Amino acid sequence: MEYFLSEQQKTIRSLARKIAEERILPVRAELDEKEEFPWAIIRDLAASDMFRVFIPEEYDGLGGGCLDLCLVVEELSRVCSSVAISYAAVDLGIIPLLEYGTEEQKRKYLPDVAAGKRLAAFAITEPMAGSDASAIRTTAERVKGGYLLNGTKQFITNGGEAELYTVIALTDKTRGARGASALLVEKDTPGFSFGKKERKLGIRASSTRELIFQNCFVPEENIIGREGMGFIVTMRLFDKSRPGIGAQAVGLAQGALEAATDYARERVQFGHPIFSLQAVQHMLADMVIQVEAARALVYATARTVDSGAKDVSGESAMAKVFASDMAMKVTTDAVQILGGAGYMRDYPVEKMMRDAKITQIYEGTNQILRNVIAIELRKRKGRRD
Amino acid sequence: MGIRVDLDKCTGCGDCVQSCPFGVIEIVEGKAHISEHCTLCGTCLDVCSYGAISIETAHEAAATDDNHQGIWVFAETRNGNLKSVDYELLARGRELANTLKAELSAVCFGYQISDVEQLIAHGADKVYLIDDPALANHQEDLYLSQFTRLIKEHKPEIVIAGATALGRSFIPRVAAILKTGLTADCTDLEVDTEKRLLLQTRPTFGGNIMATIVCQAKRPQMATVRPRVFKKKAPDNERMGQIIKVDFNKEGVTSRTRLLNFVENLTERVKIEDADIIISGGRGLGKAENFHLMEELAAVMGAAVGSSRAAVDEGWIPYSHQVGQTGKTVCPRLYIACGISGAVQHLAGMQTSDTIVAINNDPNAPIFEVATYGIVGDLFEVVPLLIEKLRDNLL
Amino acid sequence: MDIIVCLKQVPGTTQVKIDPQTNTLVRQGIKNITNPFDTYALEAAIRLKEQYGGKVTAISMGPPQADEMLREAISLGADEAILLSDRAFAGADTLATSYTLARAITKIEKYDLIICGRQTIDGDTGQVGPELAEMLSLPFVAYVSKIEEINNGQMRVQRMIEEGYEVIEAPLPAVISVVKEINVPRLPSLRGITRAKSAVIPAWGAKELDADQDRVGLAGSATRVIKIFFPQRGKRAEILQGSPQSQVASLVTKLRENGLI
Repeated sequence: MEYFLSEQQKTIRSLARKIAEERILPVRAELDEKEEFPWAIIRDLAASDMFRVFIPEEYDGLGGGCLDLCLVVEELSRVCSSVAISYAAVDLGIIPLLEYGTEEQKRKYLPDVAAGKRLAAFAITEPMAGSDASAIRTTAERVKGGYLLNGTKQFITNGGEAELYTVIALTDKTRGARGASALLVEKDTPGFSFGKKERKLGIRASSTRELIFQNCFVPEENIIGREGMGFIVTMRLFDKSRPGIGAQAVGLAQGALEAATDYARERVQFGHPIFSLQAVQHMLADMVIQVEAARALVYATARTVDSGAKDVSGESAMAKVFASDMAMKVTTDAVQILGGAGYMRDYPVEKMMRDAKITQIYEGTNQILRNVIAIELRKRKGRRD
Repeated sequence: MGIRVDLDKCTGCGDCVQSCPFGVIEIVEGKAHISEHCTLCGTCLDVCSYGAISIETAHEAAATDDNHQGIWVFAETRNGNLKSVDYELLARGRELANTLKAELSAVCFGYQISDVEQLIAHGADKVYLIDDPALANHQEDLYLSQFTRLIKEHKPEIVIAGATALGRSFIPRVAAILKTGLTADCTDLEVDTEKRLLLQTRPTFGGNIMATIVCQAKRPQMATVRPRVFKKKAPDNERMGQIIKVDFNKEGVTSRTRLLNFVENLTERVKIEDADIIISGGRGLGKAENFHLMEELAAVMGAAVGSSRAAVDEGWIPYSHQVGQTGKTVCPRLYIACGISGAVQHLAGMQTSDTIVAINNDPNAPIFEVATYGIVGDLFEVVPLLIEKLRDNLL
Repeated sequence: MDIIVCLKQVPGTTQVKIDPQTNTLVRQGIKNITNPFDTYALEAAIRLKEQYGGKVTAISMGPPQADEMLREAISLGADEAILLSDRAFAGADTLATSYTLARAITKIEKYDLIICGRQTIDGDTGQVGPELAEMLSLPFVAYVSKIEEINNGQMRVQRMIEEGYEVIEAPLPAVISVVKEINVPRLPSLRGITRAKSAVIPAWGAKELDADQDRVGLAGSATRVIKIFFPQRGKRAEILQGSPQSQVASLVTKLRENGLI
């Protein structure tokens, strides 16, 4: 399929693939087994300038956009989704800064993120606030020179490993959703600690932890945008980041498709490779159709984001929902094609199937996102531009 | 490019295309076209019925300097002891010397070397010996100056050395000083008695192709040979020969490199080069942990553990265990290959083993072509049974 | 600290297959790669530059397409690259190759250290490093597994031998050849790839090197290949039949009969 990628984008994609195949593939099973954060690979990604991809040139980045990020995430995810999400979560953590940060904030933090010296993370979810994000209870109380943070964030990707956290907290409890603000919190700030590392079904090498704030002082210059903009920042962030989850799903499904195709060509039953069975052929055909359709939607959405279009909520949600539902189905079918072998940890497809599930859940469950899509549909009366 | 196709003579018959071992010739517009990848091996010259292909060379001539006589073997020592490779080279050197009706000499450097007369017992007619404290540390700069001096003085026609760490490092420097040819890692040496040429055969392209190489014009003709490629013969302690003690020539000779320390490698229990039995594992083992099967079998048999390049590349076992063209050449009495398909690169390092047993689930694996005994089956089933059976036998 | 790294572009021989019909190498689908041992040499040079400052120059003798390999070297961190390419260089053995490299290095003039890989994976000779050292009259250390220190014009390195390793000191400039154990080569960076794309890589021929025509290429080679053939395989194995139990039993019997156990 011709996606009209630029020379730079092709270079990014081929280098990301090289890293995935040479550095990640040999250790992915071990990383999954040990549930160990892939620091060695993060350092390789940093040395290869992968964290520069999504950062503007004036902050030592390469000035790429959402599509560039998606290409990297897809290639990493094709081999290991844990690595892909650990990488993508850095982008998630700094999009608020890119969108709403002051020049001073950007100068202070972005060059280090570009160099891969500091990882970033984004934190909104809480024990009582998942899909209902407005139910957050973490507070940022105004004090002299800054804010005092109190509360607990839950299921935070890159928690404990990142140096830089964008945290959504209530600066004004009386105003509900309009009382939330986004604050940049550095690791090692007094009063900021981490809960236990979560044990997960999939993406097990990635770090998922609680962030615990107890009278944690954050200086006022660390607020992103203005007080009360917390949810606007968050919505804008997800609009830009959801294609990345779509790319993660596409990469996963692509990896599963390749594993299933290879296996079907080699596995002999009834005297022939099982690829010659029409039942298997049709499954594989359906898989490749779905992967390619999802990729086309994700890339088109990423390009829409990069075009500077104002409202991309519906498009981003569609890309994420379609690609993640697709990944769940394709990885499940891949396990089916490998049969008993596919169920075993000796083959990568069971991991892919486990990894796929989260893509339907995080950054907005697919149910919540269908609501978003429906709202957009109602607004536009089903018409398209 | 030194190879030419005479387009007037070329009929485009394609015989050369078929003959080229490197597949670099194609017929373009009815004429042979030879690509940049040509190695100038000359195979196509011989098959061309029309004499259309030629290689331009400067010297087809015979030896320019034909007063060189005799075959020399460089006999390496370490800590005053001769190495096994010395006897292996003497065994073959003796055969070549007999064919050429030439004298066989050993050249031996070191300090307080014992058993020098063994070089004669293994076939040397003469031994040039420099036994000097200056040579105790095997410093290559000193070896280089002494060996070059002796060669210039005595003019041997052939010089053979072991392809050891020392030999592979300093022998090329000798060749560079003498501006003569050197062929590395030969697996066979023959002589052309008429032209008095040393026919040096070695694997190339990762062992996929064998090349026979000659050094036509320059003398001496030099070659290195991997340890264990030739078999040593039983010594004949009655053999007569001459040990010529040569003084270490200190004139203008200092070593620019200085040995500060030597750290012995104690990690390998039985070194695979010295082992009588080797149990080798390959890609078929699937993962690093499964090498314990090899170790268990090795323990029962008192064997060393080897591996194929694939297993080393996967990081399952350190490089020091690698057998093959880019690893070690071994020649044990018994070599058991488990889950090794037998890429030519691997075969190059072990096919001279006395007895080879191959265990592999693919009946078409090339390893069965060189093996003495083959078991087609799942190594995870066969090896544990073998371990059990051998244990029972020992009890 | 100015370092010259010698690289060679080789066919990835681990993938080499022989066409059983025509008995020729199947070249289709074989990618040319940087000789793997040379990648350790390049990495060692880049690390030394990072530690001590200076410049890394990659040189290679080969056909014009070796340009792409030299660009990869730049993407990994080499500052400059020079391609030694001339039809007159074709058919060179190690003697002629090291002469050609020595001419180029003499022309470069300024260098403190020359690093080679231990050997190539196509020729497998390991002779170019030591021959090059001798032609430049420089000290040489083979099989370097660690560069401990460089100080006051001296280097201290570890060098692998059969029995273990030696710690060797030598004055600079010098030539070393390195083994796999010395490092894990890095991957290219995106900024490096961009730099490499626009890099100017000069190609020097025999004329630029002021090389003696009789010492380069086939003319300058002391050795010649007179025959190429495919390795002879011995007769096929005796395949032991039956259940795994009986296969193992007959193997043990045979090994005992032959006095092997």
